Amino acid sequence: MTAASSSILEVRDLVTAFDTDAGRMTAVDGISFNVPQGKTLGIVGESGCGKSVTAFSITRLLPQPHGKILGGSIRFNGQDLVQVPIDEMQKIRGNEISMIFQEPMTALNPVQTVGRQLAEAILLHSGCSKAEVLASSIEMMKKVRIPEPEQRLSEYPHQLSGGMRQRVMIAMALINKPKLLIADEPTTALDVTVQAQILELIADLQKEMGMSVILITHDLGVIAQVCDEVAVMYAGRLVEQAGVFDLFARPRHAYTQGLLESIPRLDSTPKTKLKAIQGNVPGIADFKPGCRFADRSGREHTEAQLNTRPPFVEIAPNHRAENCPVCVA
Amino acid sequence: MSLLTVKNLQQYFPVRGGVLHRAVASCKAVDGVSISLGESETLGLVGESGCGKTTLGKAIVRLLKPTSGSIEFDGHDITRVSTGALRPMRRHLQMIFQDPAESLNPRHTVRDILEEPFIVQKIGTKDERRQWVVKLLDKVGLSASVMDRFPFEFSGGQRQRIGIARAIALKPKLIVCDEPVSALDVSVQSQVLNLLLDLQREMGLSYLFIAHGLNVVKHMSDRVAVMYLGKIVELAPAVDLYQNPRHAYTKALLDAIPIADPTQRRERQLLRGDVPSPINPPAGCAFGHRMKHPKWKESVSMDLTLQEVAPGHWVQPCPCCT
Repeated sequence: MTAASSSILEVRDLVTAFDTDAGRMTAVDGISFNVPQGKTLGIVGESGCGKSVTAFSITRLLPQPHGKILGGSIRFNGQDLVQVPIDEMQKIRGNEISMIFQEPMTALNPVQTVGRQLAEAILLHSGCSKAEVLASSIEMMKKVRIPEPEQRLSEYPHQLSGGMRQRVMIAMALINKPKLLIADEPTTALDVTVQAQILELIADLQKEMGMSVILITHDLGVIAQVCDEVAVMYAGRLVEQAGVFDLFARPRHAYTQGLLESIPRLDSTPKTKLKAIQGNVPGIADFKPGCRFADRSGREHTEAQLNTRPPFVEIAPNHRAENCPVCVA
Repeated sequence: MSLLTVKNLQQYFPVRGGVLHRAVASCKAVDGVSISLGESETLGLVGESGCGKTTLGKAIVRLLKPTSGSIEFDGHDITRVSTGALRPMRRHLQMIFQDPAESLNPRHTVRDILEEPFIVQKIGTKDERRQWVVKLLDKVGLSASVMDRFPFEFSGGQRQRIGIARAIALKPKLIVCDEPVSALDVSVQSQVLNLLLDLQREMGLSYLFIAHGLNVVKHMSDRVAVMYLGKIVELAPAVDLYQNPRHAYTKALLDAIPIADPTQRRERQLLRGDVPSPINPPAGCAFGHRMKHPKWKESVSMDLTLQEVAPGHWVQPCPCCT
């Protein structure tokens, strides 16, 4: 792990749960990771693994009153975001930490113009004059490479294509020059060609503004192309974390290995059998206390391994994993 | 002889407007597509959203009434056949949908869902149908004990297995698979793809495999057709297409795939702009028009019928993209 001084965000033992009719459901079950300064951390995992809940915990946007952070700390800029009062959090959110979401159509207000929504993001965090707001809006629209920015400002979200809408979202998120951007599946709803444009745009702006990025996705291809560090989540926990080159070259946990092997590759022979992970992704009510990948690993676990949580430790230099002796070879 | 031959198929939808709600324009979702598909063959179909690939799939199984052109299936012209006359043919012509949650009736049990094809076709007695349902479930890797459960009780991958079981119930010859794995988790996708490959080998099925994930399409297909704005711009054997793409659009699509290997990062030739609307599409080569290619104008007056440039490798002969 990199020295603490070079991390912009340090998450320690974060536990987030939801109170439901069926009882308390622990969606994020004690995870720890750092986001290195100026770098991109990818969080990869399948649906229900807790990757979005992690993002909502950091930004304190958990659905209320059901979602709660039950333990752990999130250190950002010398503050613990878990303890910060909510009105203080509003000054940080959208200003120092920003977020973009998967579906820009639902994240944008359909009855307000793009310009008004951009202006809101500026005015909430500074006392600019009308002219200044307009000037910086146009500048930001140019930065995210939207053609004819003056005209687009007076349009509504439905008048824009999916890719353009995601650009507007990025413009809103970055207009206050945040130190940390959390992008939750920013390209999942887009075509591959537009996805490539958006990923490159985020990377360029990151370089220009020197910000750190958490990129949440289920697509290992996207992770491989843009991230520096990768954290793999499964069933509410981190199972492995390493530098991107290290992780793809030497995956240590059986789940990471299975995921990497199951993707059809462009150089594979057509119509041959793919390696597959057996079984299904567990639902939150079925999370086990011990190794959660045990039943899908195809490897025999002892009773003790099923009931005691394996420690998340460094198993090689800068390479950490949930050290189940069966799943980590 | 090919199982399916589609010639110059056009599928237009009227765009209505004005006080009298008259058709003021038409959306040319599929605009002159010719393809053929042999027995036990898989033809992959890729393209960006809105290019008309789903519409083409629906037109082929005759969930739509084609505007013009012809669809010949198993020796019969089914382009204009009435629903009643089509019914016996439907046995051999099935479809698997993208979202299994939306394509299975939530109020029907698995047994109801899987028996329905037999009931519609008036095949078998009650007892026989029951046995067939057990066999079908076994074939797609589900246990017979799930028969009385409802779709919501299953995970996405299991639901897609039920959708597949329904499609193969009547031992069809052709299945149109419309994005069959894009709604599934990564670790489950490969299970379902393997199942489709196994069933094809076992039953001699032909697939029209529609997807936007190019690596998935390449893995599943013998030949791949690339569609752009209602037209096919390139059609070639799968490996050939990926190794020697000829059309600029195919190259751009291939270039945009994020490869799951950090040692293969590269500078991309990014596509500009978005797919234009199929309402009043540009004349000539639509992709050349999007790229503002200097030679696009030449394509307007040209015959853009696909031409064979290598054995089995067909490409649209526009001067701007090839």
